[in-house]
Amino acid sequence: MSDILTIRGLRIEAPNGAVLVHGIDLDLKKGEVLGLIGESGAGKSTIGLAAMGWGRGGCRIAGGTVAIGGQEVTAESPAGRARLRGARIAYVAQSAAAAFNPALTIGRQVLEGPRHHRAMGKAEARAWMLELFRALDLPDPDHFGDRYPHQVSGGQLQRAMVAMAMSCRPDILVLDEPTTALDVTTQIEVLALLRRLIQRYGTAALYITHDLAVVAQIADRIQVLRHGKPVELGPTEQVLEAPREDYTRRLVGERQASLAGEPRRHEGGAELLAVDGISAAYHKVPVLSDVSLSLRRGETLAVVGESGSGKSTLARVITGLLQPTAGSVRLDGQALPASYTARGRDLLRRIQLVYQLPDVALNPRQTVGEAIGRPLGFYFGLKGREQKQEVGRLLGLIGLDPDFAGRLPGALSGGQKQRVCIARALAAKPDLMICDEVTSALDPLVAEEILRLLRRLQDELGVAYLFITHDLGVVRRLADRTAVMQRGRVVEQGPTEEIFTPPFHDYTGRLVASVPELRRDWLDQVLATRATA
Amino acid sequence: MIPLILKRIGLGLFTLWLVSVLVFAGTQLLPGDVASAILGQSATPEALAALRHSLGLEQPALVRYGQWLWGFVQGDLGQSLASQQPVADLLWPRFWNTMFLAAYAAVIGVPLAVGLGILTAVRRGGVFDRAVNILALGTVSLPEYFLGLVLILVLAVQNPVFPSLADVYPGMGFAERLDATTLPMLTLLLVTVAQIMRMTRTAVLAVMDSAYVETAYLKGLLTGRVVLRHALPNAAAPVCNVVAFNIAYLITGVVLVEAMFNYNGLGRFMVDAVAKRDLPMVQACAMVFGAAYVILNMIADIAAIALNPRLRHPR
Amino acid sequence: MRRIPPTAWIGLAIIALNLAALLFGPLLAPYGEEDILGGPFDPATALNWFGLDQNGRDMLSRLLYGAQMSIGVSLAASLLSFSVGLPLGFLAALRGGWVDTVLSRLVDTIMCVPVLISALVVLQALGSSLPVLIVTIALLDSTRVFRLARILGQGINVMEYAEAARLRGEGAWWLIRKEILPNAAAPLIAEFGMRFCFTFLFVAGLSFLGLGIQPPYADWGGMVKDNQQGILYGLYAPLYPAAAIALLTIGVNLVVDWLLAGRTRPQGEGR
Repeated sequence: MSDILTIRGLRIEAPNGAVLVHGIDLDLKKGEVLGLIGESGAGKSTIGLAAMGWGRGGCRIAGGTVAIGGQEVTAESPAGRARLRGARIAYVAQSAAAAFNPALTIGRQVLEGPRHHRAMGKAEARAWMLELFRALDLPDPDHFGDRYPHQVSGGQLQRAMVAMAMSCRPDILVLDEPTTALDVTTQIEVLALLRRLIQRYGTAALYITHDLAVVAQIADRIQVLRHGKPVELGPTEQVLEAPREDYTRRLVGERQASLAGEPRRHEGGAELLAVDGISAAYHKVPVLSDVSLSLRRGETLAVVGESGSGKSTLARVITGLLQPTAGSVRLDGQALPASYTARGRDLLRRIQLVYQLPDVALNPRQTVGEAIGRPLGFYFGLKGREQKQEVGRLLGLIGLDPDFAGRLPGALSGGQKQRVCIARALAAKPDLMICDEVTSALDPLVAEEILRLLRRLQDELGVAYLFITHDLGVVRRLADRTAVMQRGRVVEQGPTEEIFTPPFHDYTGRLVASVPELRRDWLDQVLATRATA
Repeated sequence: MIPLILKRIGLGLFTLWLVSVLVFAGTQLLPGDVASAILGQSATPEALAALRHSLGLEQPALVRYGQWLWGFVQGDLGQSLASQQPVADLLWPRFWNTMFLAAYAAVIGVPLAVGLGILTAVRRGGVFDRAVNILALGTVSLPEYFLGLVLILVLAVQNPVFPSLADVYPGMGFAERLDATTLPMLTLLLVTVAQIMRMTRTAVLAVMDSAYVETAYLKGLLTGRVVLRHALPNAAAPVCNVVAFNIAYLITGVVLVEAMFNYNGLGRFMVDAVAKRDLPMVQACAMVFGAAYVILNMIADIAAIALNPRLRHPR
Repeated sequence: MRRIPPTAWIGLAIIALNLAALLFGPLLAPYGEEDILGGPFDPATALNWFGLDQNGRDMLSRLLYGAQMSIGVSLAASLLSFSVGLPLGFLAALRGGWVDTVLSRLVDTIMCVPVLISALVVLQALGSSLPVLIVTIALLDSTRVFRLARILGQGINVMEYAEAARLRGEGAWWLIRKEILPNAAAPLIAEFGMRFCFTFLFVAGLSFLGLGIQPPYADWGGMVKDNQQGILYGLYAPLYPAAAIALLTIGVNLVVDWLLAGRTRPQGEGR
């Protein structure tokens, strides 16, 4: 039969008894790529690992069957399952840096699988490894295996992990968010290489991700998951262009909006923030060079760039957490002291910072009411009943019930925590709110809600936003003006519409071209353009 | 990596010097007149002055320190006040006795403890793990004198397997020496093994929970190979730190055990010296113990550096 | 409140028992501390549950009287050690810079020498009076408390919520009280337990060596030393005070383990 992987009625339970996957059926044909799509908690990784007969963190397969090429994995003994792992089905993790043993060379680890499974002779395994290294475009393939994991770059290590997975010529690859941790520009390379590899060697694959546009480039069929239950299954084109289920439609809709959002157009007021020739360094390593920006009252300026562009460092300089080596920052024309310790209370009040990870941005021992109430008391002297009323009002503003005030952060979801962080910032009635990747750690649908909330708040309150992000879709939906940063410099800045309409500046063009679109043939097009360029 | 090791050795030498300063300051500079403490309240002023002169107490502290350190480095540890003999003659034989006892305990104890720590970590949550953990918790909480008393009761009095007092003398046969020192060794062992085992277990568990160990399992490797090739090489450095940490205990535990078994080692010697306020003896003993502690810690740190995979192969 | 496992209940019960002995020992003792009731090492009877000690005094009564000394001195030393080490550790974590460097170097220097050796050196010079004992042990022990407080403080200080508070303009006092302490409470309480165990065993050990609590005060360590000869005749006399010491240590360790369940034990000395 042509099905290489058959899953029937799979049920997976956590050690405390909670059900993570509620009975799912899955079929994978030889050489086919099936995308597993869903938000966090959907159970995609859990299913992928269960296909290998593995339960992470003590999870166990409580029911159902998994069969690889007819052989029932779930009926096998632990030793039997171990024989299949790596040999017939292999795993590519999200973070290569953590997945490699720092004490052994890369080559040693890549060859470990074939040696253990006795899949092929020593010379044959080594030749196969070199062929894989070459196919994955790794530098100096003949000697790459002699290096240690910490001696190579992140992108190279990710590709080495793919080589490690392919080392026994498995029938199935489980790819668990393989490109999520990479920059947009690197993502394209790895995606193209993966596709070429899979097609060349006829391997079937489960591609796990939350990014619809990415999975559209590589998957033949898509399975949408939610809270451990299947939502929709169909060929890629059908799921993207004509989704049947409501949830799928929302996912597709959010992605589309992010890619072609209606731009904002706000006429800002007087100039609020002026960044002038800022240079900064961490331990003598330059991170920012001669950065100048301008932000007007009530408008949103997005600062966009990849990792290492210095955008977060810029936020730290503006808030006074990092002292610049040159340049100045002015608020309403007044120069700001370089260190926040030298700024007065009212000055600190006017600029508020909202962080990327709401889990660590809130004190786990303080209730929501205390967290929001403190700025009210600290800056405005509000106490007792007055403070409680104002907290209630702010909670309503961000869309939460007043009784949330008594809850601890541990009882809140990621999106709710981020709303509380926003309320905490708003409590100070700031002129400027700096949002440092505030939606990057959230699921796409939740992130969309937060963005809508931020837009509404700006319309109502007239707060200016300095929005730091790497996501172009967010920029298009939220920002009046945009600054593009690369390696510590501002490459381009101006109204968002202008920046994102051709003709593009070199780097901006590359960035825009690297964002996957919701079309199956997008990757092919990009590769074709590159080949002719 | 070599520069790191050299740095550590340099730090070790500096620490040794610091210890000498601390020991000297502690014995010579603390308030309280040394002379009247030795001679008692009823001593005549002339006797006090004579003693002070013979001890060189009138000279400035820095000079005294220099003299003492210089003498120490050359092997002259001063004269015992109580017995008028050179301290060195009294100290070194007892030092070797203590080293014998500590080595006896370490040679058996460290491999046993580390082995148990690894086994319980690999079989986490199982019956073996829980049983060993309870035993370890119990032993860690028991003071040496309790364990020692029980051992004497069971293995020396009720069933005369070993002698109840650890009498050793020069020229003793090796087997005889082992027989005499086994009970004190067991006492030392029981407590140190428990400590080292618990901390090794924690270190190995941390490594077992890492992503690369999961990757090894996902490649189809079996537990034995995963532990040997992936977990242990990365746990080696933390385990070195664990052993180093417990060395401090071994050095001080020896003192109590020696007192209890009347073993003629440096620990009991130092306790007697303190009781008799024999200043030069206390100084010398403190210096030797302190130096041993510093040197052993330095060796363990260097081993940890040498075993750290990231440091052996830099970018 | 997490469900309390049976081992923790046992630990708490043991601690309660010892607290009672600490507070009401002399009141509960059937006989006086120095009352001679019979011959040395007389066996246990209905009147003397644990028999008599090497001087013919009631073992149980002396245990109860000794509780005050043993537990009291250790508790005093632990409290003093914490009140010195904790604020200094947090200060070093918050201020960083030269304050941190100076304090850390000082602590590192004191920790160069093993605690027992330092203690012996000091006792040799100053004698073994109660105040000297308590202060010496407290100061030596505070180095470990300093290290733990500093690491905990640093760990919390780098969290975004602590940074948000600093950015607000909050002062050091607020940061310690509201941001650091509530989040460091569990490991700190556990550490107090461990420091107490260590101090307790240490004081008893010193007394066992004859260098700790001096006569006329009696404590459990000294009782072990006095009764030691009994073991050579197969008598249980010295085991009673030794067991009392062991029991309290086990009890505190059980509670500490419960508090630290789920976290790795910080690398502090277990004794």
